[in-house]
Amino acid sequence: MSNPSNLKYTASHEWVKTEDDGTVSIGITQHAQALLGDMVFVEAPAAGRHLNAKEECAVVESVKAAADVYAPVSGTVTEINGDLDSSPENINTDPYGAWIFKMKPDNTTDVDALLEATAYQAVIDSEAH
Amino acid sequence: MTTLKTTPLNAAHRAMGAKMVDFGGWDMPVNYGSQIDEHHQVRNDSGMFDVCHMRVVDIKGANVRSFLCYLLANNANKITLPGKALYSAMLRPNGGVIDDLIIYFMTEQWFRIVVNAGTADKDISWMKEQAAVHAPNLSITSRDDLAMVAVQGPNARTKVWQVLPQTQSATEGLQNFQAADCGEYFIARTGYTGEDGFEVMLPKEKVEAFWYDLNNAGVKPIGLGARDTLRLEAGMNLYGQDMDETVGPLESGLAWTVDLKSERDFIGKAALLANPPTSKLCGLLLLDRGVLRGHQKVQTSHGIGEITSGSFSPTLEKSIALARLPINIAIGDIVQVEIRDKMLNAQVVKYPFARNGKSCL
Repeated sequence: MSNPSNLKYTASHEWVKTEDDGTVSIGITQHAQALLGDMVFVEAPAAGRHLNAKEECAVVESVKAAADVYAPVSGTVTEINGDLDSSPENINTDPYGAWIFKMKPDNTTDVDALLEATAYQAVIDSEAH
Repeated sequence: MTTLKTTPLNAAHRAMGAKMVDFGGWDMPVNYGSQIDEHHQVRNDSGMFDVCHMRVVDIKGANVRSFLCYLLANNANKITLPGKALYSAMLRPNGGVIDDLIIYFMTEQWFRIVVNAGTADKDISWMKEQAAVHAPNLSITSRDDLAMVAVQGPNARTKVWQVLPQTQSATEGLQNFQAADCGEYFIARTGYTGEDGFEVMLPKEKVEAFWYDLNNAGVKPIGLGARDTLRLEAGMNLYGQDMDETVGPLESGLAWTVDLKSERDFIGKAALLANPPTSKLCGLLLLDRGVLRGHQKVQTSHGIGEITSGSFSPTLEKSIALARLPINIAIGDIVQVEIRDKMLNAQVVKYPFARNGKSCL
């Protein structure tokens, strides 16, 4: 599965999608879910919480390990994906559909500055060596 | 960078799509896709595990039994039926656990021992050191010519007979924890999953064909990931996590394997008698949402404890753990586990958590 070109990415393996209402959805990438394996628990930040860019704000746990999810940009959490409480495996089956939380960025230009799909692929390739 | 050791099944794992990891210096499969699916495959049908990294040791000579009676915490005199197996800890004089192992009584001149991969070299050194003093006539041989595959699950034995029909008559009458020597194949009704099945020892050069034959008979390959959740649900200790040389067997849930009542002396016995345990291994079931993991701190009304092994149980769909807790903890007590910045509630439960496809809780 390739990384969709309409999304932005972080070097810490989050994807960021700008929604029509100006919020952004955040999830973890195909590469990240493949490394972690079967997801069994997701802990998302509370709606209304303000996050600073690169702050640890969510945790995804597979059978194998727990991994932190970092805020890709600064902003305020607007919504969390309650479906993942009962179906965390959605992150495995549909990583780019299974958003973990949405946030309203403090500055939309911060989102523009994130990695493009090709630059993110270069990050993955460099980690393999 | 050090080169990882490989088993004779390495190419087969890669051909079957395994994700390989460094497991104590061995290049081993962690899964072949979904580790949860592999877990259910073993509980519901049959799966096969590459356990070639474990070591088979043969001890031969007159009076093997009396040497093992001194060497091991469990009593080798318990096994008198040929092929019968016994699980035991091997202790240092101070009571620390060198390894946990399985011994098979074959004849009065031959016992077979299977030890863990990571401890094999130190185990054999220790055995030889003790034998030099107490039984210099014995030969202790590491069977590096043998491979081992575990086939586990309710349909596992039938599948093995399909692939090795010549062994069926010798193995269909085996009790649980009993083995038969079928020439090239040594077949034991043992395992590390809480399911029925066989562990098959065979010449290294035959193991790849055996693996593919099993696969063609419908037995799926299972990685170390599912092996860990299966053994945890079955309440079986993992050496290096649930016990090691810094703790004794009585603090590690192994009291049932330690014979302190008989007159028999064994290495570590005096230390165990002199130092009654202050902690014990307990099962934990997480009541709040999250996942228990090794080394998490446990707060109890009797003091602090620590999780030794924790994971998500695919059978229970809850998180479970083994934890070393203060000795006065009782089944049913509610304790708090420190996970990141939170204190989550867990209940002390009797383990095993699941066996033979079903929850035991």
